[in-house]
Amino acid sequence: MTFTIQIENGTEVRNAEADSQRTLYPYVTGTSVVAIKYKDGVLMASDMGGSYGSTLRYKNIERMKAIGKHSLLGASGEISDFQEILRYLDELTLNDNMWDDGNSLGPKEVHNYLTRVMYNRRNKFNPLWNTLVLGGVKNGEKYLGMVSMIGVSFEDNHVATGFGNHLARPILRDEWREDLGFEEGVKLLEKCMRVLLYRDRSAINKLQIAKMTEEGVTVSEPYSLKTFWEFKAFTNPTVGAEGSW
Amino acid sequence: MFRNQYDTDVTTWSPTGRLFQVEYAMEAVKQGSAAIGLRSRSHVVLACVNKAQSELSSHQRKIFKVDDHIGVAIAGLTADGRVLSRYMRSESINHSFTYESPLPVGRLVVHLADKAQVCTQRSWKRPYGVGLLVGGLDESGAHLYYNCPSGNYFEYQAFAIGSRSQAAKTYLERRFESFGDSSREDLIKDAILAVRETLQGETLKSSLCTVAILGVDEPFHFLDQEAIQKVIDTFEKVPEEEEGEDEAEAGAAQPAEQGGAGAGDVAPMEM
Repeated sequence: MTFTIQIENGTEVRNAEADSQRTLYPYVTGTSVVAIKYKDGVLMASDMGGSYGSTLRYKNIERMKAIGKHSLLGASGEISDFQEILRYLDELTLNDNMWDDGNSLGPKEVHNYLTRVMYNRRNKFNPLWNTLVLGGVKNGEKYLGMVSMIGVSFEDNHVATGFGNHLARPILRDEWREDLGFEEGVKLLEKCMRVLLYRDRSAINKLQIAKMTEEGVTVSEPYSLKTFWEFKAFTNPTVGAEGSW
Repeated sequence: MFRNQYDTDVTTWSPTGRLFQVEYAMEAVKQGSAAIGLRSRSHVVLACVNKAQSELSSHQRKIFKVDDHIGVAIAGLTADGRVLSRYMRSESINHSFTYESPLPVGRLVVHLADKAQVCTQRSWKRPYGVGLLVGGLDESGAHLYYNCPSGNYFEYQAFAIGSRSQAAKTYLERRFESFGDSSREDLIKDAILAVRETLQGETLKSSLCTVAILGVDEPFHFLDQEAIQKVIDTFEKVPEEEEGEDEAEAGAAQPAEQGGAGAGDVAPMEM
């Protein structure tokens, strides 16, 4: 919370302590998350990097976590805020389990809960600096949605955060289909992640793919993509640039 | 019932381990006019007798919609019932807003019971003088609960509360085993027949009862007078006619269900 004190000439002085409680900018950040619905459920991919500004500092951060039995949450943005969100969700799922009454939180409920949390924090000018992707399957219904740090929330057949919006979604708009099989879906996601790896400075070549189906939620072991650097554009990146500005 | 020594305070135990104030509150429920609930796997029907203060006044509302998937019928102090209905509506809508998903009725009922319990353990409060029949849906289907002023709650296949509810309970006890697979129409019919039991011979008219239904694909709503009268007409041809004849009528008209054992067999019992 911020508190202001008014001085005679009308200018306001903010309480320094209260200010240090607010999020001002992110420090350790994760880059894009990409996710698609496919025939049997939902697939999500993200790399395992945590950047500290322009340094690729942490290379083993899991940015996707299972929530309850039916959902998976992927996050980009401030990693510590993601961990805070996981604590909130831990409490939520704990209380849900304690009821022990056959009812359980599905991906829709978790998504809406997170939307409320993100929006309320934004209204207090103290946002959780994340863009979240929430996917899952419950009772045969596939769900995929996104919430941003300002509380913008929606569902779609394919979503991406950060750079993924600009580099991955055009690919998905062209090539996504309702009836993608598992291997096809993974290939499509890997295609997106490869483009991000080439073009996003904060991406690293160590990624995980998560699968959500009626049976449950699994996150793969980390692996890396094969890359090809002999493209003419890469071998001589400045050709055509001489004199171009 | 001479138990006056330990009954002044809700926070005073009797030597035999009873809280008389709570029991007196449960008496208030028995004085209210009857409310009945029954459920199948997919539907819940709530019905009640319309009691009016006098011929000049309208009857009190005893069935309330809490949400599309939850309804409640009350018996006892109607004012207390209204307040609790408002609480239930509030809980339900808050849950819907946060989770975009209906509040499972089993959880609502526990909140309600905990709220009632508080009033049994504060010296400056009194227990709610109303019994609630809560019908609703959750992931496992349709449920019917009874919430007591004591803070207890129980799940039922069918139940009746209020004055002369014993007659309805007897009727329901005979029939409840078939309710699980009952069709929607049969469930409504059974509810109205149960209401008739509490009337002790008074002619059953649609103006005397209120019926509401909710189901897996059916949001909570009241049945209109016409629909109720139609059901009444299927088993009560002429008001003064003996029930034996109606039974044969009903048995012939709908051969498939309910073994023809209609309400006509046994005379309604006094409470």
